[in-house]
Amino acid sequence: MLYRENGQFKTSYAADQQIFPIAQDRLAIGLLLLVAFVVMPMAGSEYLFRAVLIPFLILALAALGLNILVGYCGQISLGTGAFMAVGAYAAYNFMVRIDGMPLIGAMLLGGLTATVVGVLFGVPSLRIKGLYLAVATLAAQFFTDWAFLRISWFTNNSTSGSVSVAGLNVFGLPIESPVAKYLFCLTVVCVFALAAKNLTRTATGRQWMAIRDMDVAAAVIGIRPVYAKLTAFAVSSFIVGVAGVLWAFVHLGAWEPAAFSIDRSFQLLFMVIIGGLGSIMGAFFGAAFIVVLPIILDQVPHLLGIPLSTATTSHLVHMIFGALIVFFLIAEPHGLAKLWSIGKQKLRLWPFPH
Amino acid sequence: MGFFLETLFGGLMAGMLYSLIALGFVLIYKASGVFNFAQGAMVLFAALAMARFAEWIPKWLGFDNLILANLLAFGVAMALMVVLAWVIERLCLSKLVNQEGITLLMATLGISYFLDGLGQTLFGNDIYSINVGMPKEPAMILEGTFQGGLLISKEDLVAALIAAGLVLALALFFQKTTTGRALRAVADDHQAAQSIGIPLNRIWVIVWSVAGFAALVAGIIWGSKLGVQFSLSLVALKALPVVILGGLTSVPGAILGGLIIGVGEKLSEIYLGSFFGGGIEIWFAYVLALGFLLVRPQGLFGEKIIDRV
Repeated sequence: MLYRENGQFKTSYAADQQIFPIAQDRLAIGLLLLVAFVVMPMAGSEYLFRAVLIPFLILALAALGLNILVGYCGQISLGTGAFMAVGAYAAYNFMVRIDGMPLIGAMLLGGLTATVVGVLFGVPSLRIKGLYLAVATLAAQFFTDWAFLRISWFTNNSTSGSVSVAGLNVFGLPIESPVAKYLFCLTVVCVFALAAKNLTRTATGRQWMAIRDMDVAAAVIGIRPVYAKLTAFAVSSFIVGVAGVLWAFVHLGAWEPAAFSIDRSFQLLFMVIIGGLGSIMGAFFGAAFIVVLPIILDQVPHLLGIPLSTATTSHLVHMIFGALIVFFLIAEPHGLAKLWSIGKQKLRLWPFPH
Repeated sequence: MGFFLETLFGGLMAGMLYSLIALGFVLIYKASGVFNFAQGAMVLFAALAMARFAEWIPKWLGFDNLILANLLAFGVAMALMVVLAWVIERLCLSKLVNQEGITLLMATLGISYFLDGLGQTLFGNDIYSINVGMPKEPAMILEGTFQGGLLISKEDLVAALIAAGLVLALALFFQKTTTGRALRAVADDHQAAQSIGIPLNRIWVIVWSVAGFAALVAGIIWGSKLGVQFSLSLVALKALPVVILGGLTSVPGAILGGLIIGVGEKLSEIYLGSFFGGGIEIWFAYVLALGFLLVRPQGLFGEKIIDRV
């Protein structure tokens, strides 16, 4: 009843091409942004920002980048953590070695470095596909793990192997308090989500999807697989690299290569699959699910008053997590985004049967 | 020369252990088209079960005999792996028939998380030892040919022999028995196999049990070398380049790939490691496999991938 599109006519090409063609959707997104930008900074607690919202936003950005590669172009990657690490360490070096490098400049340069590395490791995708490619991208993961641990130039010869940044600011505004960090991440994520959404609607985005659906057929109708695959790797690594910069600079502050280990790569792939392949919204759903679930599972024994050691709890969380992933794959292999669209479909008719 | 040979032998034996784990991947991939990421978790689970039951059973039954305890523990652990195979098939795989490869891959990642948690909840998360009487002290051979002879680890030698025996047994099982023939039929074509009356579900349970058996043997050998702990499940990640180098569908490929990776790793660490600052073992195997795939995308013995529109 509330979600009817009757009577909403499109009278111009611009109206026909907008991202949210239904007025109710536009209203909902507007409200969501209002809550995110205005209400949350006033109402949220420090714990909420630090432990939930900031990790959620940054991981959603990384999942968005990965989704472009996996969901839109169909190239499986298990090396996302590596590209995050490349972004983070590159930005760190630009910050440290160039005087007066602004945070945004370092962030974009970090992203560009990740793009170069991503394209380099994307080259094998021209020859190999599917599971072979998935394992091949692990090479990127192990190589960067090793490089940032062993080659001290990358860490500016820091003795402990861990590096840190301080005194972040954007145009003179300090990014120190949790609220400022949150707003900064939120802005970056919104800009990139909009850009990614629009990119998937361009010729390039359609080429990615054609390659994903059947690469031989796409090549036959004149799409260059080399160009399409490498642009997907480039765009994906750029976004993932920027997410890496945010994760290192804004969320962690001080970090070592373990922050971008293979577990991170798996975690991001989980987000993409559970959220929904080939959907921008799916990246956000997946990130929310993966970030919030362990926190809730961690709290449950405390709330029920069952005394459990931290080790047991972490094993139980592992088990429940694994079981839930399998359950989700069985119940809805197309992810939470699909559930969302089914819900919307139902809502169009509700409360009438037809 | 002596040093080179010593490294070469070390590499060959390490490679045999890699192929043992790679074998588990290949078996399941061949028969069900699932790339089983949980193989590492299965190795850890099996090794934990083996280590703990070998400790518990003598206590429960009140006897003190290492061989008997090990045998009983092996039996119990194997039974556990079969139950596990059955449960995985029942609750997970049978519900995911006809899904895409990536969905199945994710499901096995979920299984691997679950098994990591379950194993450590049931059996504890300390470092345990498996004592199956592997000889620990190294041996000298060919003292007449080279000055100082060659130092060979007896433990590695025994492990390599066990691995070779296992591979032979599996090859015989696949080639000579009725079940083996059914397994190969399923690997060739699910539908055709089903249409001539081969029960897919039972075949999958068998395949996962056999992979569980391979995991148990690998777990015992690696466990008695390194101790049974969480890092054991990461050994599987080292076996992945072996699988892609040898080809996902080929048992001989897993063996040869393992040997190549084992030797390549050791030799590169010794002769190239100093140029890069050491520790290149971690990624060398992957880069080797990657370079190889650029030339031959289906791996050494993998089935040729034919594109059809």
